[in-house]
Amino acid sequence: MLDKNGIAKRIAKEVQDGYYVNLGIGIPTLVANYVRDDIEVEFQSENGVLGMGPFPFEGEEDADIINAGKQTITTLPGASFFDSAMSFAMIRGQHVDLTILGAMEVSENGDIANWKIPGKMVKGMGGAMDLVASAENIIVAMMHTNRVGESKLLKKCSLPLTGVGCVKKIVTNIAVIEVTPKGFKLLERAPGVSVDDIKNATEGELIIEGDIPEMKL
Amino acid sequence: MINKKVANISEALKGVSDNMTFMFGGFGLSGIPENAIADLVKRNIKGLTCISNNAGVDDFGLGLLLHQKQIKKMVSSYVGENDEFERQMLSGELDVELIPQGTLAERCRAAQAGFPAIYTPAGYGTEVAEGKETREFDGKMYVLEHAFKADFAFVKAWKGDAAGNLIFKGTARNFNPVMCGAAKITVAEVEELVPVGELDPNQIHVPGIFVQRIFQGEMYEKRIEQLTVRQKA
Repeated sequence: MLDKNGIAKRIAKEVQDGYYVNLGIGIPTLVANYVRDDIEVEFQSENGVLGMGPFPFEGEEDADIINAGKQTITTLPGASFFDSAMSFAMIRGQHVDLTILGAMEVSENGDIANWKIPGKMVKGMGGAMDLVASAENIIVAMMHTNRVGESKLLKKCSLPLTGVGCVKKIVTNIAVIEVTPKGFKLLERAPGVSVDDIKNATEGELIIEGDIPEMKL
Repeated sequence: MINKKVANISEALKGVSDNMTFMFGGFGLSGIPENAIADLVKRNIKGLTCISNNAGVDDFGLGLLLHQKQIKKMVSSYVGENDEFERQMLSGELDVELIPQGTLAERCRAAQAGFPAIYTPAGYGTEVAEGKETREFDGKMYVLEHAFKADFAFVKAWKGDAAGNLIFKGTARNFNPVMCGAAKITVAEVEELVPVGELDPNQIHVPGIFVQRIFQGEMYEKRIEQLTVRQKA
């Protein structure tokens, strides 16, 4: 079974040379730490920066340079700043190659719910709806089950949706799953996790074909 | 040169009144029009509809207007970074319309650019699209979203001149450029108002035609919401 960093590490292998990537808050943010350093990747933050770098050194922070999580950041050589309309032109216009975000629920047809729990304080969707409605390549990073052990990979989402039929791949603490027209297709299992474990933790239709290899991290 | 410079903040905000709709630039606390907000607090006008990506924190940004119960309705993409907002929202005192961030930007830009509405894929199939017109283009579904109508847009830039030209710094640019010219009157406050002719026309982010009033702000706090740093090795 993987921890959050393990999930990030596995997802980092999906990042290819020349990709522009948008990372959501939480586990997705950790992905940046594990991207191979022999490839060129630029990170986009939807508040208006492309070419995001690491956090600044203490004392060098600038209130005018932050990411979408409102954290102080730096920029790398070749970076650019732009307004919110241009930022979402990059996103909706499918110029961003890969979007990685967290989720509360994903359904077997690729619907995603990650912004609202009825009855609880609703903070808003931020840029998530724009991202999932447009990106060709969306990877969800999340735990396979919720805090009370219920599956987050469902036949149908129970929470209000963020987007419909958009998720392509899911990387959880126990599995890598592809969303296909027929349902969740199991691609890989985490170290020490059996196919049965994954089956039991998945409410939606799980397609298992042949031997399922263990993830290589 | 058409002069947009006003003598002081009270002239800059002349005409604001109860029940108006305002746009505020900024993302989080970055690039917010601090001086305009402070003056609106002083004027204590009420019943405002505020279009802004966020709603500030308890003691800064639009949180200051919330504290005095000046806001009737917020149109935002991400809120709840302050307790007073949450209290007013849950008690029903405050009306909140949550919309996708890119839609917020584009509804501003539509108003700026003379489009009555735009089609966006964002929110299709979700509650955001409920009651809205949808349409298929090339096999994909889109939602019709209308341009905002606002009385004033309050924006903040790094540098500007009396012609109303603006230059922004870093990610403090965010929603500010798309709100310029998207309301009946755009009021720009700048950290530094430079003599006309000093700004290189090649470097201007927003041409002065979109700005009706400009002034040099003062006492910018530029508060950091999430200070994240790394240690030197």
